Amino acid sequence: MSTARHVARALPTMLRVSFAEMLAYRAELLVWMLAYTMPLIMLALWTAVARDAPVGNFDQRGFQAYFMVTLVVRFCTSAWVVWEMNFEVRQGTLQRRLLRPIHPMIAYACEQAAALPLRVVLMVPIVVATLLWLGPSILTRDPVQVALVLPTILGAWCLMFLTNALIGTLSLWWESSISVFEVWMGLYFVFSGYVIPLSLFPDWLNSALDWLPFRYMLSSPVENLLGLCSRQESLRAAGVQWLIALLLAVALWRGWARGVKRFQAFGG
Amino acid sequence: MIRVERLVKHYQVHARAPGIRAAVRSLFKRERKTVAAVDGIDFSIAAGERVGFLGPNGAGKTTTLKVLAGLLHPTSGEVEVAGFRPARREPDFLRSIMLVTGQKQQLLWDLPPSDTFELNRAIYDVPRARFQEALDELIALLDLSPLVGKPTRQLSMGERMRCELAAALLHRPGVLFLDEPTIGLDVTAQSAVRRFIRSYNERHGATILLTSHDMNDVAALCPRVIVIDHGRLIHDGPLPELVRRLRPEKRVVLALSRPVSRADLETLGIVHAHEEGRAILQVEPGKLTSVVSAALERLPVSDLAVEDPPLEDVLADLFARAAPGAAAAT
Repeated sequence: MSTARHVARALPTMLRVSFAEMLAYRAELLVWMLAYTMPLIMLALWTAVARDAPVGNFDQRGFQAYFMVTLVVRFCTSAWVVWEMNFEVRQGTLQRRLLRPIHPMIAYACEQAAALPLRVVLMVPIVVATLLWLGPSILTRDPVQVALVLPTILGAWCLMFLTNALIGTLSLWWESSISVFEVWMGLYFVFSGYVIPLSLFPDWLNSALDWLPFRYMLSSPVENLLGLCSRQESLRAAGVQWLIALLLAVALWRGWARGVKRFQAFGG
Repeated sequence: MIRVERLVKHYQVHARAPGIRAAVRSLFKRERKTVAAVDGIDFSIAAGERVGFLGPNGAGKTTTLKVLAGLLHPTSGEVEVAGFRPARREPDFLRSIMLVTGQKQQLLWDLPPSDTFELNRAIYDVPRARFQEALDELIALLDLSPLVGKPTRQLSMGERMRCELAAALLHRPGVLFLDEPTIGLDVTAQSAVRRFIRSYNERHGATILLTSHDMNDVAALCPRVIVIDHGRLIHDGPLPELVRRLRPEKRVVLALSRPVSRADLETLGIVHAHEEGRAILQVEPGKLTSVVSAALERLPVSDLAVEDPPLEDVLADLFARAAPGAAAAT
């Protein structure tokens, strides 16, 4: 039997059951939204800073548009699989996944992706409020950039999931990789454009960030959506984003296989 | 169906003395020691057998089950289950086995068991018609009708275990590893689980390897037992043979209509228990007939039963006789 066909047949049910599980935690999800208010704080801060004069190429309205869109993209692209993996390794419940004839990463991805529809629904009021407040002119009208909106947001979600899962895989060696994840998230907050638009960084740092995943996890979908970059820059960023995602997927596949071998050797 | 040859599984564990100084020292120099969880065991199990896998805590039972289920790589030795090498964890192998542990569940906590069943149908790629047939059978055998629609978190432990078994068996695995399946269950639930396991084995010819500290599970389900201690095999054979070999004596349980003295009982055999209205005598098998006749003649017996010694006692004897120092720790 082809593994790919088996996975394709199983996916709709896995997504549906994961979505049902997510609905069971809807109250928790609403509270969890509060953890994503950092862009609103940054919005207030940078709007105050830009009161007298623009900062870089951002005036007050520019910062407002940037951080409202950042809030939406961040909420739609978050992943938390590293916590699940660490918990399951420590509790010994990872064996449940290892006993199933479907790759655990596919199961994890389904569980995380199942949260997306609910998150999108929860974001609708924020998107509507933003458009009423700042007007639809804040968004790009370039057809290529419009066409890139969904692929770049999906690409950002893939990067978030893959980096989470890669760090989670370290728990197969160390039992806990949460501290590594916290360091990673610290870098992410600074270098993804979450607290400061990347164009405000010096050129040399921006050049370095072009070759790291952080930009493509948040900033580049936001810049594309707002038309803050040219069509060519959007296309290039989308290409690099998916290339990094592919490299991370290969690294995860190999890392997971090695980690499970190690886990099988030392006990679960 | 299951073949194990010279199976060895050693773990490397960090060793550290208690106290803050040892904790600080371990930051710079970590000492390791090797623990021999399984130390060269051999056995084979034919298709359709129900076998009890017994041993004290830390004997290596769960480690062996995990090796057989492909969750652990053996340090050395050969293992074959249903024609597969478990450590490779091939999808067809994973479809042909199931490991059910009484302490770790696979049911989705906040959803009804019916959702876990549906998820397992998809994951194990069970055709819809076969799934429905298996589900109907499991619902009937385990009396699940009132449970399948309730959120798992609202089910009692016994109800959850019944649903757990159903979720594990929907794809009809031919080899079933059961690790303490009745742990924490009340007497009624234990009995229901045992009946079901036997029935599943008889209906589908499944091979069952079961670990349990509850000897009632073993007595009710397993004609054959494999006993390990300190990672080494110390008995493999029929359960009655084990009892006969280690504790050949019989127990005569007397219900008495009026009190009798201990001295009167001691003329018949070793008094194992003596309380008002009840006594248990330990008797050599050759003297059983004469002791029973004498008891009926001399004592006010209202009821009499002849039993084997409890399996717990037999195993305690067995573990006490097993050579100490078998655990390798270097």
